[in-house]
Amino acid sequence: MTTDFTQDFFSLLGLPRAFALDTERLDHAWRTAAAEVHPDRHASRPEAEKRVALMMATRVNEAYQTLKNPVNRGRYLLSLQGVDTGEETNTSMPADFLMAQMEWRESIEDARDSGEVEALDALSARLRDEMRERVAELAVALDTAPDLDAAALLVRKLRFLEKLEQEIGDAIESLLG
Amino acid sequence: MALLQIAEPGLSAAPHEHRLAVGIDLGTTNSLVATVRSGSAAVLADEFGRSLLPSVVRYLQNGETVVGHEAQSEQTRDAQNTISSVKRFMGRSVKDIKDAPALPYRFVDAPGMLQLQTRAGVKSPVEVSADILRALKTRAESALGGELTGAVITVPAYFDDAQRQATKDAARLAGLNVLRLLNEPTAAAIAYGLDNGAEGTYVVYDLGGGTFDISILKLTRGVFEVMATSGDSALGGDDFDHRVYCWILEQAGLHGLSAQDGRLLLTRAREAKEALTEHLDTRVTALLSDGQAIDLTLDQATFRQITKTLVDKTLLPVRKALRDAGIQAEDVKGVVMVGGATRMPHVQKAVGDFFGQPPLTNLDPDKVVALGAAIQANVLVGNKTDDEWLLLDVIPLSLGIETMGGLAEKIIPRNSTIPVARAQEFTTFKDGQTAMSIHVVQGERELISDCRSLAHFVLRGIPPMVAGAARIRITFQVDADGLLAVSAREMTSGVEASIEVKPSYGLGDEDISRMLTESLSHVQDDIEARKLREAVVDAESLRDATVSALASDGDLLAEDERQLVDTALAAIAEAIAADDTRQVNQATHHLNKVTEDFAARRMDRNIQRALKGQNIAEL
Ligand SMILES: Nc1ncnc2c1ncn2[C@@H]1O[C@H](COP(=O)(O)OP(=O)(O)O)[C@@H](O)[C@H]1O
Ligand SMILES: [Mg+2]
Repeated sequence: MTTDFTQDFFSLLGLPRAFALDTERLDHAWRTAAAEVHPDRHASRPEAEKRVALMMATRVNEAYQTLKNPVNRGRYLLSLQGVDTGEETNTSMPADFLMAQMEWRESIEDARDSGEVEALDALSARLRDEMRERVAELAVALDTAPDLDAAALLVRKLRFLEKLEQEIGDAIESLLG
Repeated sequence: MALLQIAEPGLSAAPHEHRLAVGIDLGTTNSLVATVRSGSAAVLADEFGRSLLPSVVRYLQNGETVVGHEAQSEQTRDAQNTISSVKRFMGRSVKDIKDAPALPYRFVDAPGMLQLQTRAGVKSPVEVSADILRALKTRAESALGGELTGAVITVPAYFDDAQRQATKDAARLAGLNVLRLLNEPTAAAIAYGLDNGAEGTYVVYDLGGGTFDISILKLTRGVFEVMATSGDSALGGDDFDHRVYCWILEQAGLHGLSAQDGRLLLTRAREAKEALTEHLDTRVTALLSDGQAIDLTLDQATFRQITKTLVDKTLLPVRKALRDAGIQAEDVKGVVMVGGATRMPHVQKAVGDFFGQPPLTNLDPDKVVALGAAIQANVLVGNKTDDEWLLLDVIPLSLGIETMGGLAEKIIPRNSTIPVARAQEFTTFKDGQTAMSIHVVQGERELISDCRSLAHFVLRGIPPMVAGAARIRITFQVDADGLLAVSAREMTSGVEASIEVKPSYGLGDEDISRMLTESLSHVQDDIEARKLREAVVDAESLRDATVSALASDGDLLAEDERQLVDTALAAIAEAIAADDTRQVNQATHHLNKVTEDFAARRMDRNIQRALKGQNIAEL
């Protein structure tokens, strides 16, 4: 006996398989599914059911995390179509993108070294604007005018930007104490 | 497992009967036990009507153990054998306790967790905590007139894996069946939210005796979703006492105090702090053992000034949590204050200023955590309740592993909703390598040495291959208690690599078994009969659950699958008739195994049904 754990995250949460996503509907679907499988709902049930509940609830949470974040969602959609974004291995990026990266890094370092939390906050806001633009492009490359290579590159770029965002967060945290 | 059942025979209630379940707030300073009776949660008091049990344990000359007020009142006289605030030591070593030299205890440094030398022998914090829990268990059982089926034990949200594991161990040692470890601020949110029908984003600010927690929750139609949590597991009212204590030493020009005098002044310091909640100033008087008399006056302004940095310190985790939740202070609908130390006016003012609204203080900050825990215990044990609600909590600190160069690589980020699992693949470094050692840590810092070491795992039995060819998949699973389990598999050969777990802390299962058996040795004769009864109850409840699942969802099974289940059911009946504990347990185990997949399919069906219902409701 084997269960169908190959079911993809979209169908698990009853959502259409596309990059465009109604986030409210996703939230709702997650809570609905979690309400069925959460270990708290099976705490007084037999062992087998408890084990399964732990597994299913874990999977439902993973589905939610994967679909909620646009970068993860993009990567996941690509993987469903057999495309590996190769973020660990493929680090060759367009020169202008790399230049921009270096500038970001310098600005973050400057702000951190001079202890300016506001400056870091402003950088973080700008970075998020930039990410929003890339996400919009990703939506086109995945949904409207499919171009999987372009989509994979966008995911790689977004991954870089996510790391920058993380660096800003770490810098702010270290300044706050 | 079996040993838990020895100590926990309460499951004998029929499914429709009300099962006795409690919520326990195991606090640094005070502990409480609560339960749900005729639909409403209430704290259970002792025979003198007192709800709070001071978390103080005294080991007497005659071998007796005293817990609570009676222990507390002798604390100054018998400082070394009277342990208070033991929660601060859970899952900690001596070097973690910054003020250890100032404390009146005889610490014994043991690997992982420190121990305390008392006249009753060396005690681990787990054992001391178990003594507190045992007192609450006794209180509950005599108030409720029966044995408990289970308990929900609360822990600070910011507790790491070592501290959580230690708490669970303590509860097991006290003979409690732990239904769930529940985060204290979350428990408070449940009690507050259900009581007030709250909807929106709420913050719980919990400043107790020794710990500080901040949790941000989104409350939507019966779902309590923790968005972020942060805190400081070594910050609380005790630190305010300590500031006052230092002020006293300075004012009176004292140094090199005996354990006795030190304890006395700490007590006076705490009394002064609490008095200043109601009064503008207070007198501090004490007679030291050398005859010196202390007589000082502390006013609110001075107190505010010497403790300002502590109050400010609580706002850092608040900022972090807001950042992690991705919200601003003004998005917060209400701030719920929990913990005795939030009674201090300057704490309330600082929180009010930060959030631009007065905090909610209309609930009893002492009781709300225990009440929330009781409400959850009641649900978990399967008692019928009026309102359906769901709790989605998070892990407070990132989990990671050590990589080359002493760096930590995060595997599961903090504030991930639990349960959560992450798998990571590793490969071998050398040709023919058959073992691999993995170091699991918890914390946010980049350097391994700045994180808390949770465990060292050694994987053995990797088939010898050339370097880099093996694919070892290690799965980190965090359950609904926030506790981590690790498993590993070699992917190319499908070999399940054996894991040798060497926790950096905590008791092994055998330790707990031994301690439990020791404490139960006087009822040895009972044990066998009890074991059988337990086993049969388990078997019957599994049988009933399976039969009813077959009736409703039997169509999910193919004929041969159905046959397997039927055979396993028959084996249960046979084993019960044979009155053989081992046989019954085996049959139960087997039926559990063959129905696992059936359970998964039923849950899957239920999800799809629920989602369909939701979509229809939307239209
Ligand atoms: N009226 C008060 N004013 C100031 N502090 C108080 C007051 N009452 C209790 N406290 C402090 O609250 C702390 C205990 O809070 P509690 O919530 O019981 O802690 P815990 O959860 O850690 O057991 C102690 O430091 C105690 O001194
Ligand atoms: Mg508390």
